Amino acid sequence: MALTAKTVDLSVDLGFLTLKNPVLAASGTFGYGLEFEPYLDLEKLGGFVVKGLYYGPREGNPPPRLVETPSGLINAIGLQGIGVEAFAAKVLPKLRRLRTAVIVNVCGADDDEYAAVVDFLDRQEGIAAYELNISCPNVKTEGLCPALSPRTTFDLVKRIKAASRRPIITKLSPNVTSIVEIAQAAEEAGTDAVALVNTFLAMALDLETRRPKLGNVFGGLSGPAIKPIALRMVYQVASRLKVPVIGMGGIMTGADALEFLVAGAAAVEVGTASFVDPDAAVRIVSEMERWCEAHGVAAVREIVGTVKTA
Amino acid sequence: MTIERNARLRAVRSWGDYFHFSVEAPAVGRGARPGQFVMVKVDDCTSPLLRRPLGIHDADAGGIELFFKVAGAGTGILSRKKPGDRLDIIGPLGKGFTVGDGLKGKKAYLVGGGRGIAPLFFLGRALAAAGARPAVFYGGRTAADIPLCDKFEQAGFELHCSTDDGSFGFSGFVTALVENEIIRAKPAIVYACGPDPMMKVLASITAKHAVPAEFSLESIMGCGIGACWGCVHRIKDGTGDGWVKICEEGPVFPGERILWL
Repeated sequence: MALTAKTVDLSVDLGFLTLKNPVLAASGTFGYGLEFEPYLDLEKLGGFVVKGLYYGPREGNPPPRLVETPSGLINAIGLQGIGVEAFAAKVLPKLRRLRTAVIVNVCGADDDEYAAVVDFLDRQEGIAAYELNISCPNVKTEGLCPALSPRTTFDLVKRIKAASRRPIITKLSPNVTSIVEIAQAAEEAGTDAVALVNTFLAMALDLETRRPKLGNVFGGLSGPAIKPIALRMVYQVASRLKVPVIGMGGIMTGADALEFLVAGAAAVEVGTASFVDPDAAVRIVSEMERWCEAHGVAAVREIVGTVKTA
Repeated sequence: MTIERNARLRAVRSWGDYFHFSVEAPAVGRGARPGQFVMVKVDDCTSPLLRRPLGIHDADAGGIELFFKVAGAGTGILSRKKPGDRLDIIGPLGKGFTVGDGLKGKKAYLVGGGRGIAPLFFLGRALAAAGARPAVFYGGRTAADIPLCDKFEQAGFELHCSTDDGSFGFSGFVTALVENEIIRAKPAIVYACGPDPMMKVLASITAKHAVPAEFSLESIMGCGIGACWGCVHRIKDGTGDGWVKICEEGPVFPGERILWL
């Protein structure tokens, strides 16, 4: 008896961008993508979001930059990076030939720098969308990031959306009183999608020396420890917004990713898992596919937002 | 560099908190060079979450050897593995020590502090094969911290041991032992791996005596493959200095490029 394997349609349509599957590798955990070429086929990903880019090269924070906590990782890298010019000259030509969505995470020390980054990248080819990292500390507002208020989020998103020739995904910080309000501000300002959550502001210290374990004192917590909180936030935001939600926070397995889809995410990002297993994002795609096969789900997009709360 | 998900632990030896693993992992062993490292998953758990970076103690076409000290939860879990258990290893990673043809017939001093001795056995073998004359300086706090003396001696290396408390060999820091020997017989190069304070002192000694040196740096690592930028050290280059990834551009750096903060 000849059996033909049923194929699951893994593609998802964000409206402004169709992904071959719902899994993106998350910014800050995937370098500039090329670091992972020895370990996985980048074209098997729905796409990837390259490390946050400021206009110029950026120094980053003094070490220690990482500390492990139970089921989590606190990082205080400080967005060290090569800047847009080196990215366009050295990295983008190699990414451009890949048949997958390359998304660039955009940073800025103030609104003008975000605009300058987008203006520069708009003149480059091979980028599918921008992910606006509104969690960057703003030098003009004493370190407050735009993500912390609906007003600053609205102003920044509106300005960048008007200037950009490409779709804008606004990446939200969970370190706010109401993430729904911030998400709504981004939507009103015209964002094409929101991505959440970024890391949770956190701290670890050494009891014996009584010193913080990070050079920067504070850092951002990621990993399985944050998944339940991230899932709750994705559910809350997805049930209130019309634009697509990209969910992330501690996704380690295909089941984790599918839970975010059920909660309302149209796609997911895989972050810290890529540190543990460089090929985690591709493994998660195949685990999602197998779950869909086993559960008679013909197209993965059918499960988006199917959470039964009634 | 490859992911070896089913590396078989062939044999385990231990001395207190120090462990030696022989691991069947041909794909990792074949390409390995002295000074490179591997990222080892300690278990299928999320706590600890990250892999542990371990220097390659020795390698051949069949696999690798690891030597480590139990320092926390991760290495603790690893230390309870038994022969026949499977390990999930990524490697070989990073850039290793320079073993140049120019060292033929010349003296090279290898300085290891505690668990920092790990990569120097592989390096010593490579130097000997290249016709250099390696001498190993192995220091620890007490005699219990230098368990590999016999192994180095049996392999025919010139060995100088030291303990901070004088319980075995030279009494004092290994850096003092090395400086005495540099004054007596200046080597062509010094290689070192150990705690930062040891290497910082050694860097000033090798600079003072104008001996080229290479140091293998250690750090907590997020990924080991250059993606997270978590393992940086202050390194000089042609134009200035900056935070450089130990996993990707190191872990071995020329002594004159390292800034000790």
